Amino acid sequence: MKKSIGLLIVLSLMVSAGLFAGGQEEEKAPASPMDVEQVVLTDKAPSGDLELFSWWAGDEAPALEALIKVYESKYPNVNVINATVTGGSGVNAKAVLKTRMLGGDPPETFQVHAGQELIGTWVAANRMLDLTPLFEEEGWMDVFPKDLINLIGTDKGIWSVPVNIHRSNVLWYIPDNLKKWGVEAPKTWDDFFTVAETLKSKGVVPLAVAQTWTVNHLWESVALGVLGADDYDALWNGEISWTDPRVVKVWETFGKILSYTNTDAASLSWQQATDMVVIGDAAFNVMGDWAAGYLSTTLNIEPGSGYGWAPSPDTSGVFIFLADSFGCPKGTNNPDATLSWLKVCGSKEGSDTFNPLKGSISARTDSDLSLYNVYSQSAAKDFAKDRIVGSLAHGVVANEGFMNDFSTVMEMFLTSRNAQQAANACQAIAIQNGIGK
Amino acid sequence: MAHSKKLKNRSDMVKAILVLLPSVVLVAVFVYGFIFNTIYVSLTDWGQGAGLAEHPVKHWVGLGNYRQLFSGFIYGRFRQDLVNTFFYSVILLVGTLFLGFLLAVLLDRKIRHEGFYRTIFLYPMALSFIVTGTIWRWLLAPNGGLNLLPTFLGLKKGEFLWISSRKAILTFNWQHLLSILFFIAALVFLMLLLRAVRNRIHRKMVIHSALFSSSLLLCAISRWLLPPLLPFEEIHGFNLATLGILLAAIWQYSGYTMALYLAGLRGLPESIRESSRMDGAGEFTYYWKIAIPNIKPITLSAVIILSHISLKMFDLIYAMAGADNANTGHPSVNMYLTTFRANQFAMGAAIAVILFIMAALFVIPYLMHSHKQRREG
Amino acid sequence: MRLRHKLSKQRFFLYFFLVLGVLLFLVPMYMALITSLKDPAEINLARAWSLPKRLNWKSYIDAFDLLRPNFLNSVILSVTATLISALVGAVNGFVFSKNRFSGSELIFSFLLFGMFIPYQIILIPLFQVLRSIGLYGSLGGLILAHVIYGIPIVTLIFRNFYDQIPNSLVESARLDGCGFFSLLIRMFIPLSAPAFVVVGIWQFTQIWNEFLWGITLTRPEANPITVGLSKLAGGQAVSWNLPMAGSFIAGLPVLLIYIILGKYFIRGLLAGSVKG
Repeated sequence: MKKSIGLLIVLSLMVSAGLFAGGQEEEKAPASPMDVEQVVLTDKAPSGDLELFSWWAGDEAPALEALIKVYESKYPNVNVINATVTGGSGVNAKAVLKTRMLGGDPPETFQVHAGQELIGTWVAANRMLDLTPLFEEEGWMDVFPKDLINLIGTDKGIWSVPVNIHRSNVLWYIPDNLKKWGVEAPKTWDDFFTVAETLKSKGVVPLAVAQTWTVNHLWESVALGVLGADDYDALWNGEISWTDPRVVKVWETFGKILSYTNTDAASLSWQQATDMVVIGDAAFNVMGDWAAGYLSTTLNIEPGSGYGWAPSPDTSGVFIFLADSFGCPKGTNNPDATLSWLKVCGSKEGSDTFNPLKGSISARTDSDLSLYNVYSQSAAKDFAKDRIVGSLAHGVVANEGFMNDFSTVMEMFLTSRNAQQAANACQAIAIQNGIGK
Repeated sequence: MAHSKKLKNRSDMVKAILVLLPSVVLVAVFVYGFIFNTIYVSLTDWGQGAGLAEHPVKHWVGLGNYRQLFSGFIYGRFRQDLVNTFFYSVILLVGTLFLGFLLAVLLDRKIRHEGFYRTIFLYPMALSFIVTGTIWRWLLAPNGGLNLLPTFLGLKKGEFLWISSRKAILTFNWQHLLSILFFIAALVFLMLLLRAVRNRIHRKMVIHSALFSSSLLLCAISRWLLPPLLPFEEIHGFNLATLGILLAAIWQYSGYTMALYLAGLRGLPESIRESSRMDGAGEFTYYWKIAIPNIKPITLSAVIILSHISLKMFDLIYAMAGADNANTGHPSVNMYLTTFRANQFAMGAAIAVILFIMAALFVIPYLMHSHKQRREG
Repeated sequence: MRLRHKLSKQRFFLYFFLVLGVLLFLVPMYMALITSLKDPAEINLARAWSLPKRLNWKSYIDAFDLLRPNFLNSVILSVTATLISALVGAVNGFVFSKNRFSGSELIFSFLLFGMFIPYQIILIPLFQVLRSIGLYGSLGGLILAHVIYGIPIVTLIFRNFYDQIPNSLVESARLDGCGFFSLLIRMFIPLSAPAFVVVGIWQFTQIWNEFLWGITLTRPEANPITVGLSKLAGGQAVSWNLPMAGSFIAGLPVLLIYIILGKYFIRGLLAGSVKG
């Protein structure tokens, strides 16, 4: 009898093994050559389902819903399925999207940070359609800034349509508090160190930070400040090595800055770091400009008089941007619907509907500024005249592999505070993840 | 004897096998099939750009991923995760078993409104990790929550960084891991040896002294003769930041052990308690000397369930400390990030395999024990 | 007199510790409750403990509106999957306890081992298999997944429970001509109410609270409540009152089950697990 049981187990194992052998044979087939496929333009009115994949929920949901309304009024025959995946600082969304794509069932379109987060993952895997014809047809080549198009495209094509622009290098503060403490917002990091000593003596935390990604976020502002825009770009192009003394200097400065931050960072959300500034426990906070939305809308503080902002130290005249964008994956059920959605995303109407609600600015240079609040108007002005560089923490300049490993290096640095070691580790992960290639 | 309980009727046996078949096939495919698939993936280089193509490119790399995990410069976080897992599992087990037993003893004593208390102690188990994670993050925030409690008594605010501390105790150098493990083994055998000497069991005295001396020898060899495990020094230890997570986990699951133990205590025949009273034993002696040994099977099944749960620490850590807090890291979080954020599918699979082996270390002794017991029973 | 005095002092300490325990266990609940009732602007760490200045019930109404479709999905999902997996457990447990054959112990270990598979890693193959058999996207696939990965634990619980039923009872029933199925259906399943309660509570809790599969294996219209909940808490800007209120609504059904069935839960455990 034992034999029959053994047989049973062996049999069922064979069944399961066979199941996977089938899958593996397919996987071993030679990868298709990297031929770029372009999006096919059509005037046909789309119909059917449009599954729209994003991580916008909670306070960000209204902006997306407004955009969908604009879309539905133009394309009433399309049934929009708003699939939101949230939680875990965006990792859940990535997990679901990857499962879907690898399972051969891509959604019609998905939200992704414009730049290397898309290029290093889905463009490298040859899973996206080149949108250049769409950009040309809609005249977007002229209304989107040149720097921006360079950063969201490669020499082979343009891969997504940005719906918004956020600025990463912003220093936030409460003017009344600064007055009370007798300090001013620092223009350079050297200024900051002087100011920080004064603040420290008054028992105020000079700079509030939160969990790791906000520390990465701070790092890119410091790197830009220490390196300058040219060297910052060169770092991502692979023209400067991570072990270069200039980059080691970034880590040294960064370590010094960290000594002026709160010790409980790892357990705070970014809002709680902003709260510290509002309550007066901390003086400054470097955060993306979604903080303006939190300060104005959630906490009801008046921009300008209630809270103030400046470019983070040593970065005035440079704009670190990040953008949410939508692309067109290959092999979806309804490419016409995707195309029409992308048109709405890039349109003036769509963008000026979405952005005032989202608290971001439009990627287009011709947007109607009267619709935006005081902060956004000033950001839009800067965006039009500043040098534009890409964000690391939000996926513009480095691929996902590097971003993930960079967080590990950052954790290492937060414990060891060893600049040279961090620089070496970064060099190792840059090679491993093919940065600058 | 054991055979007499087995089926003799042939048709019953066929029926028994037939009804089991769906479960066996499903588990074979969905559990073992996936495990073999994961093992296979872990031996390849599946990852990054081309790995996400419609027909992913994979190459066989043998044990390369495992070598990286245990000796690669940038995989120090994984090694700390392993150390964390050890402390997570042990402290979670001890904490929930102890607290659960304590609560069960309290409730076992003809309490009025017992149902009320029982529900309160059980309710945390009913909550989803999204809820508990968020609430505990607030409670453990250094400038709010628990740390503020002393101020209500006019004391100074607490300073402990519950889930963000970067301090570690019991630190050791990973290079010396082998010798440390052998040293601990030697200590264990020494204790067993001493017990054998006290009980005058000669056979055991011989075995344990042999084991003791050989592990001591291996300890010395691995410390001074073998090359170190890593080419560079790497310090690991018990991260204090894990205490916050453990607190929440123990809060969430000790209600379950309480229920188990309460059932166990109720299951003991009243006569045992009576006779222990007659012998003049106090309550403490009763629980310590009589109840605990008698409900050992419950402790065992609690251990099984809890080690299953300690795999699920993922949810709690993820929600409370966030994905990137290396101090509270756990291999399951690392695996999730490696797979879905860094796109290193093969490396993620390797971590999963290691995690699975660690879980197996818990369950195999249990299976052997229960197997033996049923054969005897 | 002295004895009674001593006893009452002991009772005092007993209740003292119990009440202390209750208070400690309720702390997180208190925190969630007051936060859910505050205005968004009033929520910050420094005032985390203080009562809301004004009760803001709106969070509950909003949260309920947003969660309603997910709530229904979760009810269908949890009830169906729990029932099926309890039945599977009863059948398997019956075989492993009262119909043992050579190799049955081996198969039992084979099944039990499945409990320890890390769920995060099998997402991709699970998705692929479910999609290839046409079960991706709907509640069906999710139910199947929960039933399969529940097999080990439900089998364990039912086997332990049936071990308590004396073999002699089974033997005499067999002598009376009871076959496999009539024994199972007429005798064992009716006897199993306590085990059904234990398995039911365990599986219902696990399934109701599961998130990762819920979000990966279903399309939006079939999303369970944990996915809805994460939408309340997700995004970059969060007002904490809404997710906290949502968590109360999401936790309510399970809490109710614990309150109603708590007594039977202990009885079920008592009946089933005294022998490991």
